[in-house]
Amino acid sequence: MKNAIEVKDLSFTYEGYGDSPDVTALRDVSFTVPEGSFTAILGHNGSGKSTLASILCMLEEPGSGEVIIYGKRMTGEDVTDEDIFEARRRVGMVFQNPDNQIVATVVEEDVAFGCENLGIPSAEIRKRVDAALDTVGMRKYARHSPHKLSGGQKQRVAIAGVIAMKRDCIIFDESTAMLDPLGRRDVMETIEKLNHEDGVTVILITHYMEEASRADKIIVLDGGRVLTEGTPAEVFSDPEKLWEASLDVPQSTELLYRMKKAGYDVRLDIFDAEGCAAEISRAIEKRRGKRV
Amino acid sequence: MDVAFGQYCEGDSLLHRLDPRAKLIISILYIVVIFLAKNVFAFAAVTVATLAMIFISRIPKVIIAGGLKPILFIAMFTAVFNIFFFKGETLLVDVWIIKIYLEGLINAGLIVLRIVLLLISTSLLLTYTTTPIALTDGLEQLLSPLAKIGIPIHDFSMMMTIALRFIPTLIEETDKIMNAQKARGADFSSGSIIKRVRALIPIIIPLFVSAFRRASDLATAMECRCYTGGKGRTRMNVLHASPRDFVFTFCVICLGAGVILINIYAPGYSVSM
Repeated sequence: MKNAIEVKDLSFTYEGYGDSPDVTALRDVSFTVPEGSFTAILGHNGSGKSTLASILCMLEEPGSGEVIIYGKRMTGEDVTDEDIFEARRRVGMVFQNPDNQIVATVVEEDVAFGCENLGIPSAEIRKRVDAALDTVGMRKYARHSPHKLSGGQKQRVAIAGVIAMKRDCIIFDESTAMLDPLGRRDVMETIEKLNHEDGVTVILITHYMEEASRADKIIVLDGGRVLTEGTPAEVFSDPEKLWEASLDVPQSTELLYRMKKAGYDVRLDIFDAEGCAAEISRAIEKRRGKRV
Repeated sequence: MDVAFGQYCEGDSLLHRLDPRAKLIISILYIVVIFLAKNVFAFAAVTVATLAMIFISRIPKVIIAGGLKPILFIAMFTAVFNIFFFKGETLLVDVWIIKIYLEGLINAGLIVLRIVLLLISTSLLLTYTTTPIALTDGLEQLLSPLAKIGIPIHDFSMMMTIALRFIPTLIEETDKIMNAQKARGADFSSGSIIKRVRALIPIIIPLFVSAFRRASDLATAMECRCYTGGKGRTRMNVLHASPRDFVFTFCVICLGAGVILINIYAPGYSVSM
């Protein structure tokens, strides 16, 4: 399978002003994101995940290392504005604050904004905008004013704007962090739908374990380094390591982990409440069965 | 919170459906027509036309009357000046140093009428029946030829759009900051004017800081959405001029011609200003 994004030995340092020292945000970070995959980048505040996001959408120049987007190297001296424009056509970004990424005063106009920038003919934009609003379930708000929508709805409008541009890969930079639980659920459902049904490569930057557990692969950042990476089952099977990096594991995993330590025979790769409940009752039944 | 910005009135009348470009051109023409009117009969014609527009627009009369409030003072002021200082032929009142002429009264009436007509017609066309965003679009497309001589028309219209987009957001934010400061014991409603103005500083500074942060975020987001300025950009909603736009413009031109004819062939009480 081809890679959408490859990152090799990436390092980044924020230069300090005056007396304040330089801050190294990323140290030798390497990973790959295959096309069509769902990758979560997990880390607490200051782990370097936001820096990574801004490098991936070419807002910051990395100090050293390489970023390759769809086979094209985006780091170094010889990268032109056209290259960056091309990469941005393929890789879209949804930001944290829903308010600060909506440009227009009408929902559908905002969704159309990116397509207008690409110079797509009007009739085609119309079709794409309607389709994108259908995908995120915001069609009935097409003529509304964005500032009257809820946070989750605004974020879905922002996602529609990215979908309408037909990007192959979408980076979500803590896109659910400012939302209420309901808005977060809607946005997560939309993200999964995009990944499963439309084959969009998704990179989800987050500090919510529950969200990360839905990905195919998790990359855990801590202090600017890749602490661990793997499938959710692999990553969460060692909660001690995550606790050390002051990260949590999903509550269900923590519960199962503690049960396992207490001697119950349970699996650890279960991240939703129902599955967890079923697994616990199964383990309890099993133990009872043994006693009898 | 909804800002009565320009006071757009939702509706589906003929005036609402006119192309914003047509409305801009028509308002300019209409202003010219109003200034062309020189005598009572010509004014009567323009007044009838304006009343017809109000009728077509189906904007509630209360709103239109309310819109006249801001010019009440200036209208009165002009009227008083014209009544007391105009020298005509037919003396009506002559008490002490006050001399009021019939011509002065007519003149005053017509000038006030002119101000009222100007305000009603332009606000009917451009604010009550046109959203600010449609107006911005119309203006951008009307002025787009100027882009050829290097005037950044697209950039100005983008700035307008973003300003319109963020006005409600910033008002909400002001509210939040004011509440936050009130919770810390700030007092905005008592004391001398200087004291009250100074009390606003703790609101304005956070508001500015947040506005700059928003601006920076928005610029990043726009860049990520491939925005590179007006060049090579298309629009989803392209304005299409329809026959009704031309018919309406033609009607206003006819009105202008009519007013000129009345000025020439029916000289009544002419206005001088």
